[in-house]
Amino acid sequence: MLEKAFTGSKKYWAWIIFLLVIIGISFIFYLKQFSIGLTVTGLSRDVSWGFYIAQFTFLVGVAASAVMVVLPYYLHNYKAFSKITILGEFLAIGAVIMCMLFIFVDMGQPLRILNVFLHPTFHSMMFWDSVSLFGYLVLNVLISMVTLGAEKNGVPPPHWIKPIIIFSIPWAVSIHTVTAFLYSGLAARPFWMSAIMAPRFLATAFAAGPALLLLIIFILRKITKFNVGKEPVQKLAVIITYAMILNVFFLLLEMFTAYYSGITEHTLHFKLLYTGLEGNNTLVPYMWTSMILAIISLYFLINPKTRHNEKILAFSCAAVFLSIWIDKGLGMIVAGFIPNPLGEVVVYNPTLTELMISLGVYAIGALIITGLYKIVLTARNQIKYKL
Amino acid sequence: MNRRNFIKIVSFGGVLTVASKMTLDAFADAHKGNGKAVKRWAMIIDTKKCAEQENCTKCMDACNTIHNIPHFDNKKDEVKWIWKEKFEHAFITSENPYLSEKINKRQIPLLCNHCDNPPCTEVCPTQATWKREDGIVMMDWHRCIGCRYCIAACPFGSRSFNWRDPRENIENLNEAFPTRTKGVVEKCTFCDERIARGQIPACVEACEAKAMHFGDLNDANSELRKILVNNFSIRRKPELGTSPEVYYLV
Repeated sequence: MLEKAFTGSKKYWAWIIFLLVIIGISFIFYLKQFSIGLTVTGLSRDVSWGFYIAQFTFLVGVAASAVMVVLPYYLHNYKAFSKITILGEFLAIGAVIMCMLFIFVDMGQPLRILNVFLHPTFHSMMFWDSVSLFGYLVLNVLISMVTLGAEKNGVPPPHWIKPIIIFSIPWAVSIHTVTAFLYSGLAARPFWMSAIMAPRFLATAFAAGPALLLLIIFILRKITKFNVGKEPVQKLAVIITYAMILNVFFLLLEMFTAYYSGITEHTLHFKLLYTGLEGNNTLVPYMWTSMILAIISLYFLINPKTRHNEKILAFSCAAVFLSIWIDKGLGMIVAGFIPNPLGEVVVYNPTLTELMISLGVYAIGALIITGLYKIVLTARNQIKYKL
Repeated sequence: MNRRNFIKIVSFGGVLTVASKMTLDAFADAHKGNGKAVKRWAMIIDTKKCAEQENCTKCMDACNTIHNIPHFDNKKDEVKWIWKEKFEHAFITSENPYLSEKINKRQIPLLCNHCDNPPCTEVCPTQATWKREDGIVMMDWHRCIGCRYCIAACPFGSRSFNWRDPRENIENLNEAFPTRTKGVVEKCTFCDERIARGQIPACVEACEAKAMHFGDLNDANSELRKILVNNFSIRRKPELGTSPEVYYLV
C-alpha cells in the first residue's frame, strides 16, 4: 500500500520537495543545537521548558482528537463518519510522531533517550507518557492499516480488530490525561497544579484537533475529488462548538479560583499572561489575540446560520485552532515558570534556531500526513487530477 | 512468511521482551530489602552569623572549585550548587511588608534541600536522581537524559542544567572530581564524596563565621539536634510537604 505515496502529479511532488527542503534546512539548525547544546535556545535555568515542550503538549491534543471521529463511527455506528475516520487516525499518527520528535529535540542528551525504557520508572509521569504515546502510535498504525486494507479489498474489516478499536478510545483519552499529569502534579508550579488541567486539555484537544481535520477536509475538497458531503462536516462543527465552549468555561473556572481566593502565587501567572508582570509583557498581546479569537469563533459556531455556512465555518475553525495553539503552544508552559520559585520575573523568548527546528518537526509531520492521505485517496480512487 | 506476519511476530516479541524485563525488575527490587537507615544528613545555616560577614563568598568559592562548576558571564547558562539570595526571595512564602530592612535584604545561602520527600526524584523518568538511605539526593550524570523534569519539579530552584559544554569554562580544574558534559542536570550532593571519606561538606568547612553546621539528625545527641532544640529555625516552603533538610536560623 505504501507505494501509493510515491507516485503523484507534479503538484504533489512540488509540495513534497518543498517540505523536504524545510526539513533539510531545519536539520542544519538541529546539528548546531546538537553540537553546541541547548544554549542555542532561549531556555534558561529559570524557564527550563519552552517552545518545544509547548508544541509537544499542543500536538498530543491533536493526536488524541482522533477519538472524536473514531468514537461516533465505531461505538455509535455513525455512518456519516465512514469516510473521514481514517483521516482522523492518520492525522493522529502524524501528530504522535511530531510529539515524539519535539521531546527528542528538547533532550539535553538525546542519544540516551532509550534510558526511559531501559530503566522503567513507574512513579514518573514521563515514563507513563512515553508508554501511552508509543502505545497510541502502535494502535493507530495497526487499526488504520487493517481497516484500510480491508476497504481496499472490498471486504469488511476482520472481527479481531473491533475490540482493539474500542480499546483505542479510552487510550486516546489517556494520552492527554497523562500529559496533563506531567504538569498538574507539581507542587513547585502553582499555575499548573490544578485538577481541571486534564479536562481542559481534553476540551482544547477536542476543539483544535477536529478544527484542523475540518480545515484539511476543506483543502482536500479543493485539490482532489475527495468530498465527504455536508453531514460529517456539520457534525464535526457541532463537536468543535461544544468542546470550545467547555474550553472557555474551564478557563473561566481557573480564573475564578485564582482571583476569588486571591492566592498570589496563582494570580501572578494570570497577570503575567493577560496584563504583564513587572515589565514582562511578552505574552500579553498573544493571550488577548487568543481570547478574542475564542470569542469570535464561539459567536460564529454557536449561531446555526453561520455554522452552516461553510466559508464562515472554515474561518471559525482557523480561529479555534489558532486560539488554542496560542494558549497551549505559547502561553501555558512558559507561564508556569514565571515567576520562578524565588519569585523573580524572568523573560523567555524562543530563538531563531528553536523556531527553525520546530518548523522542521512540523514539516516532518506534514510530510507523513501528506503521504498517508495520498495512500487513502489513491486507494479510494478519488484523485481528481491524478495527483 | 509474508510481511504482515513478520511484523506481527516481531512486535509480539518486542512486547514480550519489555514485559518480562519489567516483571524481572520488579522482583529484583522486592528482593533488595531495606538496610536500616543509620544516618539522616542535614544542615543548619545561621543566617545572622552569615550576614555578619558581608559579601563573603567562601562557601560558594569552596564548592565551585572542588566541584568543577563552570562560570559563565550570562545568567542564562548559569550553573550553581550554592549561592546567595535576599531573604525575601529565599523565603518567598514568609512575605511581610514590615519585616526589617536588615532581614529582608539579608543574603541567605541556598542549596539543594535534600528533602525527605523530594519531588525531583519522583518525576525523574530514568532514576538518574534518587534519594539515598542517608537522605542525600544524588545524581547520576551518566544516566541523565537531560529532560529537565526535575528542574520543573523542584520548588526551590536548586537544580542547574548544562546548557553548553561546562569544561570550557572551568577556571581551575580539580582532577579529583568529575567534570560534567553538556545536556545533563546537576546540583549540590552534600559533598557525598567527602562524606564517604569522613569529611564534612566543603562549604561548611570553608565557613569562617561558623554559620553552617552539618550532621546526623537521627542522632539525638548530635550538635544539630541541640541547635534545633535551642533555637527558632525555619525551612523553605515547608507547606509543600517536601520536608527540606536544610534549616535556617533567623
